[in-house]
Amino acid sequence: MEERRFDPRLMVKRLLAPIDPPLFFIQMGLLGFALVMMMSASPERVDSQLVNSGVAILVTWVAARMPTQRLLSLAVPLYLLGVALLVGVALFGEVSKGARRWLHVGVTRIQPSELLKIAMPLMLAWYFQQREGLIRLREFLVAGVLLAVPLGLIAAQPDLGTAVLVAAAGFYVIFFAGLSWKLILPFALVGVAGLGAIVAFGDQWCQPGVDWYGLREYQKHRVCTLLDPTSDPLGKGFHIIQSTIAIGSGGIFGKGWLSGTQTHLAFIPERHTDFIFAVLGEEFGLIGAIVLLCLYLALIVRGFAIAARAPTLATRLLAGAVTMIFFTYAFVNMGMVSGILPVVGVPLPFMSYGGTALVTLSLGIGILMSIQRHRAP
Amino acid sequence: MSEFRTPEQETYQFRARLLVAGMFILVCFGLLVARFVYLQVMRYDYYHTRAEENRIALAPVVPNRGTVIDRNGVVLARNYAAYTLEITPSKVADLEATITALGEIIDIQPKDRRRMKKLLDESKNFESVPIRNRLTDEEVARFVAQRYRFPGVEVQARLFRDYPLGSTGSHILGYLGRINERDQQKIEERGDEANYRGSNFIGKSGVEQSYENELHGITGFEQVEVDAGGRAVRLLNRTAATPGNNLTLTIDSELQRVVEEAFGDRRGALVAIEPATGGILAMVSMPTYDPNLFVDGIASADWKALNESPDHPLINRAIYSAYPPGSTFKPFMALAALETGKRTAWQAIADPGVFNFGGHQFRDDKRGGHGMVDMYKSIVQSCDTYYYMLANDMGIEAIARFMGQLGFGRRTGVDIEGEAEGILPSPEWKKRRFRRPEQQKWYAGETISIGIGQGYNAYTPIQLAQATAAVANDGVMFRPHLVKYVTSSVTGAQREIEPRPIRELAFKPAHLQTIKQAMLGVNREGTGAKAFRGAPYEAAGKTGTAQVFSLKGAEYRASAIHERLRDHALFIAFAPVEKPVIALAVLVENGGFGATSAAPIARLVLDYYLAGKHPAGPAADDPDAGEAE
Repeated sequence: MEERRFDPRLMVKRLLAPIDPPLFFIQMGLLGFALVMMMSASPERVDSQLVNSGVAILVTWVAARMPTQRLLSLAVPLYLLGVALLVGVALFGEVSKGARRWLHVGVTRIQPSELLKIAMPLMLAWYFQQREGLIRLREFLVAGVLLAVPLGLIAAQPDLGTAVLVAAAGFYVIFFAGLSWKLILPFALVGVAGLGAIVAFGDQWCQPGVDWYGLREYQKHRVCTLLDPTSDPLGKGFHIIQSTIAIGSGGIFGKGWLSGTQTHLAFIPERHTDFIFAVLGEEFGLIGAIVLLCLYLALIVRGFAIAARAPTLATRLLAGAVTMIFFTYAFVNMGMVSGILPVVGVPLPFMSYGGTALVTLSLGIGILMSIQRHRAP
Repeated sequence: MSEFRTPEQETYQFRARLLVAGMFILVCFGLLVARFVYLQVMRYDYYHTRAEENRIALAPVVPNRGTVIDRNGVVLARNYAAYTLEITPSKVADLEATITALGEIIDIQPKDRRRMKKLLDESKNFESVPIRNRLTDEEVARFVAQRYRFPGVEVQARLFRDYPLGSTGSHILGYLGRINERDQQKIEERGDEANYRGSNFIGKSGVEQSYENELHGITGFEQVEVDAGGRAVRLLNRTAATPGNNLTLTIDSELQRVVEEAFGDRRGALVAIEPATGGILAMVSMPTYDPNLFVDGIASADWKALNESPDHPLINRAIYSAYPPGSTFKPFMALAALETGKRTAWQAIADPGVFNFGGHQFRDDKRGGHGMVDMYKSIVQSCDTYYYMLANDMGIEAIARFMGQLGFGRRTGVDIEGEAEGILPSPEWKKRRFRRPEQQKWYAGETISIGIGQGYNAYTPIQLAQATAAVANDGVMFRPHLVKYVTSSVTGAQREIEPRPIRELAFKPAHLQTIKQAMLGVNREGTGAKAFRGAPYEAAGKTGTAQVFSLKGAEYRASAIHERLRDHALFIAFAPVEKPVIALAVLVENGGFGATSAAPIARLVLDYYLAGKHPAGPAADDPDAGEAE
């Protein structure tokens, strides 16, 4: 037996063992890009962005070290905790900006809906794993109910952005679990028809006084503002108008780092959070935007590669869904900032300032790494 | 879904779905790229422009308004800088509460509030409106210390107009006032909006109004980079403002003051013209007002007092009010007679004191008449009968033609606004004036009283002064004007106004001499003799009395009728007779006989102007002076 000695090289090796190099480099690339953008958009937040990045890497590392089975065993408790907290929000939550989203727990306040973004796919993956080989319509119905309960609670807060993301996360698991195309297609068709109808009749629906059954006034407003930003140039429409001006005026090569007039003269609202892509588009132009898209694409390709080789049904579903969540974040955010999707509060993954979303996303990277590392059955 | 699937089948199905998802992702990202290309390549120019428009704002640099001085360099209008406290209503949530809070640190009177309210109604919501003008340094310091409490409230250094002589010459200078909606419309019609961005004031009357274009100057611009909140971040480019040009008036402000004092508290007007140039030496309309009241936006009580006064101080009587010229018309009638050949100077008539025409008696003021009257005597003694006959002989058309060329019944074109045309009676005028055919007809009897300056005759004092100056200047007429020259603020070059005569009436020198001698006779031995006794110069003159109220057959007794219904007193004069340097027309409203109240004013004015004598006080009425006019 060899004597256990302190060996720095072994130490580093063990530290780095859970890390998947491609994912790690992509994540570092995104965080580095975010830091560069933050120096322009909000220099005073660079320090705390550095801290957040450190925390993000740590979270990734911890999650990556954790065996997949352990992760999956947390699915039920996390899901139940999440739902319980959402109920708590509904009963005792704190109202901020017209929505009841926050819950005070001792020293800090948390936004339980954020937890569901990971707990939801985890729960559904765990569930389908339990029913592996027996997945029939009934199982999909149960999955649908599991999805619907927290979704309803979030939508009631109301928090349309998070609801969309949680719904997407759940749907991706169900989709990858093999939900029949016969069931997907009708929904897809209804969706396409709906979009067509909005384009055709949007103006009439957006008249004041027209009540949109089931949607709040502010949600109607967001959709309507998207359809015609000029209808409200000083209010909600201001965000979209100014962010498209920022992106468009960036041109192919951009105005140069720290030289975006829209950014530095405060025409872009929320420029360090949801609208940071407008800063990027203005200062780095089309080139910068495509570089960012490529980083996300690389992340997705790597995620799908891990999913394709994942050993169990649960890890497959989980890896696929998590990857799709990254895509959804990125697409919804860039779509909204460039004016092709409604303004919903969805951050740009790894780029927007804000600890909670960063931790959630880093957890996702960590889960992918964990699946990749523990793929031997 | 099959009943039973092998793990291989499941893996295969999963990978197929990954592929579908991947395709979906590519489509979505493709959509984004298409959108970026659309925004950043295809519509780059548009968005680039929009971003520049966002970023760059033009801030106007208001030019200094030109100053106004009189012919001797006395300052009549100038600018001074003062601090104002201004509120931008759109940036203030509760205006009343804000003003009340401001009142705790700065003295705000109820009249300040009222004035602000008025300005608010007139201005657009995004403009700042002054709540207090002329803050003291202490008040500025107190406000600045507490500025954080008052978003939307700011202290601004602004230029204000100041009229150092106060009410002297107020009708000439006019005044500046805030630009209201109607002014704004006019500015837009002229296409001058850009030049008025940032300007708060505009000339409202007098030369301030008529020379607005000269005085205003050219607004400069600062290109500033602004942030989303509209705050200027840095200066990109600056085009300096070009100050307004300065005006030098033909007015002698000391003479103006002397005239105003001579009037005392009587109402009336006086226009004094330099015959050789048409330059107006004094233009007085009494009562006057203080134009400084308007500078800050006039307080409503002051406005009410001015606007509702029965004396109508805001009206410029010198150019706007038309009066019958009375007997001051006679020298012009006499000249017309000579020029048209209807009379010679020595031709005399026997005056029975009455002229009968068409069954109507036209009476002379002097009972029993003046005896044998030639032209000289007709003017010196102001014989009515002579002119009744003359008017009848000449006919209305000839009178109208002759008087028209002297400028009667036509706007003189003096360089301030608000001039009235007056009435030069003629058959054509009657046709235009009246609707009904029987009223439109000219009756020969109507011509008779025209001859003595009554009837339909109505001329403004400036027309009377202009005609007097024309005679004094041997028929060479200039357009009366107030501005001597405009001095360019940039080059210092002086541009003369109206240096050329507008008309040269070829009167025979002998005819002119007859009239001038007769007018000299008026002041030597006639109706003006008392007023001009002992004058150290030779002045030509003519008294006049214009009826306000027609007495049907009854005897006119000044003391018996209401003051406002008493006759207007007139006097025209020029001096020295040989080479006149001043010609004037005076009108005293309800002053009675011209010799009584108007001639003494003319005497004071000429004494000052020709002999440098400052009067001791208002001209005294002379109740004994020539009863007959």
